[in-house]
Amino acid sequence: MLSFTIRSFFQKLVTLFFISIISFLVVYLAPGKPSQIDPLNPKFTPQDLVRFQKEFNLDKPLHIQYYLYYKNLFTGQLKSWKDNQPVMGKVYERFLNSLWLFIVGTVITWCLSFPIGISAAIRRGSVFDRSTTFLSYVLISVPGFFFAYILIIFVVKTFDVPVIGMQTFGMSNAENIYQIMDRVWHLVLPSILGALGGIALLSRYVRAQMLEVIHQDYIRTARAKGLSTDMVYYKHGFRNALLPFVTMFGLILPGVIGGSVITESIFAWPGMGRMGYEAILARDYPIILTLNFIVAVLVLIGTFISDLLYMVVDPRIRL
Amino acid sequence: MDVIMKHKSENEEPILKIKDLKVYFDTDDGVVKSVDGVDLQIMKGKTLGLVGESGCGKSVSCLAIPGLVPSPPGRIAGGEIIYKGRNLLDLPEKEMEVIRGNDISMIFQEPMTSLNPLFTIGDQIKETIMLHQKKGKAEAHELTLQMLGKVGIPSPAVRINDYPHQMSGGMKQRVMIAMALSCTPEILIADEPTTALDVTIQAQILDLMQSLQDEFGMSILLVTHDLGVVANIATDVAIMYASRIVEYGKVEDIFGNPRHPYTLGLFTSIPVIGKRKENLYVIPGSVPNPLAFPAGCKFWPRCLFAQEICKVNEPLLEEVKEGHKAACHFKTSIDKYVWNEKTETSSFLI
Repeated sequence: MLSFTIRSFFQKLVTLFFISIISFLVVYLAPGKPSQIDPLNPKFTPQDLVRFQKEFNLDKPLHIQYYLYYKNLFTGQLKSWKDNQPVMGKVYERFLNSLWLFIVGTVITWCLSFPIGISAAIRRGSVFDRSTTFLSYVLISVPGFFFAYILIIFVVKTFDVPVIGMQTFGMSNAENIYQIMDRVWHLVLPSILGALGGIALLSRYVRAQMLEVIHQDYIRTARAKGLSTDMVYYKHGFRNALLPFVTMFGLILPGVIGGSVITESIFAWPGMGRMGYEAILARDYPIILTLNFIVAVLVLIGTFISDLLYMVVDPRIRL
Repeated sequence: MDVIMKHKSENEEPILKIKDLKVYFDTDDGVVKSVDGVDLQIMKGKTLGLVGESGCGKSVSCLAIPGLVPSPPGRIAGGEIIYKGRNLLDLPEKEMEVIRGNDISMIFQEPMTSLNPLFTIGDQIKETIMLHQKKGKAEAHELTLQMLGKVGIPSPAVRINDYPHQMSGGMKQRVMIAMALSCTPEILIADEPTTALDVTIQAQILDLMQSLQDEFGMSILLVTHDLGVVANIATDVAIMYASRIVEYGKVEDIFGNPRHPYTLGLFTSIPVIGKRKENLYVIPGSVPNPLAFPAGCKFWPRCLFAQEICKVNEPLLEEVKEGHKAACHFKTSIDKYVWNEKTETSSFLI
């Protein structure tokens, strides 16, 4: 166990090193240069260009740039090219915003997908099964932004509450309770919308997995023992059906960044996904690379958590 | 044969009666009549061997007794299963749960997959005990240790915490037997319990079942396609072919004086040690498609004695002599002497 942790820590460090090289190269190999943002801009003189390149180390060889970039990242001196603000500070602020959306969305997704998927599997072919199947396919095939606009119109017209952004402008002087309620209202729609697609997909997986498990021999054994149907399905079936999702659970961690680009854009939510998207458009390499690096770290942490969880739920796996 | 003699002295009293049982499966291609009018009796304290080839409906008949036929697609289309004066097929699910594992328990063909991989074997046995006997954790633990000892698991105190993947196939089948017998059931249904095991382990498991039967006095319904196994431990035998029982009787009747051409064919297909033969007999043809059984006797296309009447009328399971029934129009005229004459001259020998 301890040896596994140490071994896997070093393996992941090596992986991270290669990821850092590749993601650095990917960004620099993309056509265009950050210094070519707007050549037609009359205020942007060739002297500015040279100054710009010098300031951001763009005149140095690639490996030096790579070294300087990661040195700055780890010492916290990395600055955005767009507004010269420290990258870490910007990312941290955005991360807190995204985190709420991510946590609420994930909790909704996982808490609803499992009951839906399991009930559909147990009552296979029933009205419930067929209607959830139909709804899932609708949700999977219709794009999220379409629902977003329908939901926005519906909620705003029916409940008369603000839904765009993270909070209502000018609320900062209100009492705490009003501020919190305002935040909650703003959180509801984006997290539900982010969760809808996830529920549709995940409940399908859960259903398929549960269907496979309840046809196993050990389920028949459990019934032959005289256990009630609920005990058979939820004690003997569910734990077995859960196994593949343990792997999945670790891998949803990076979703905190990339998972909600569209939702954040629609609801003007100042989150990490939107920041990354805007950084790509502005060729703000420090931001892009930092987010890339964070995603890589999150993936590696996620896989590590998955491995540990797997060991907890499956006695056949000993690390 | 000493086993048979021992059981003979006991009085004959059926503990479970199956009458005209019909189990159908609704498939896209049509209705598969897996079990179509089966009558069986399991005698108290005895072993009934149910023999037949794959797909003849023997496993489905077994699953129907504790109400475990997967439904859908399966359904009970008719019949009665009488146990202690009650028809099990009419009992509500709640009452069946009390009977399952407590009065009637089952062991299955595949010990490898029949245990839940995520729970220790101890927990899986304890679960049954705590469910039916309303015992506390400590008592259930004690009883589980005893059961594991009885089924011959070495150092049960250690093995009780093992997971199924830490055990061999034979060990797992022992665990299954321990689980099935933990509540001292009246009837043990064993659905090909040794098919997936090595021959040496097979013998051990059968010996174990027999010694536990002597100890607990339960009745056993043993499903198999191995006539050797039946000869060893069964007291009564039912031969099943194409969803029906074709011959039924005491083991000495079936083995000593078989009266159905299918049974005769089965015996002739067994190689005999010490008798060198050029070719081994095989029953011609193959098992009929359950979606399209032949009219009349279902065995006639493969039967050496088939006459016109066989193609039209399906013979009923009727007595040849007391306690020995066969479903053949010529049950009184066909015996092993007639059979030997016919097979020795027959072109069916390959």
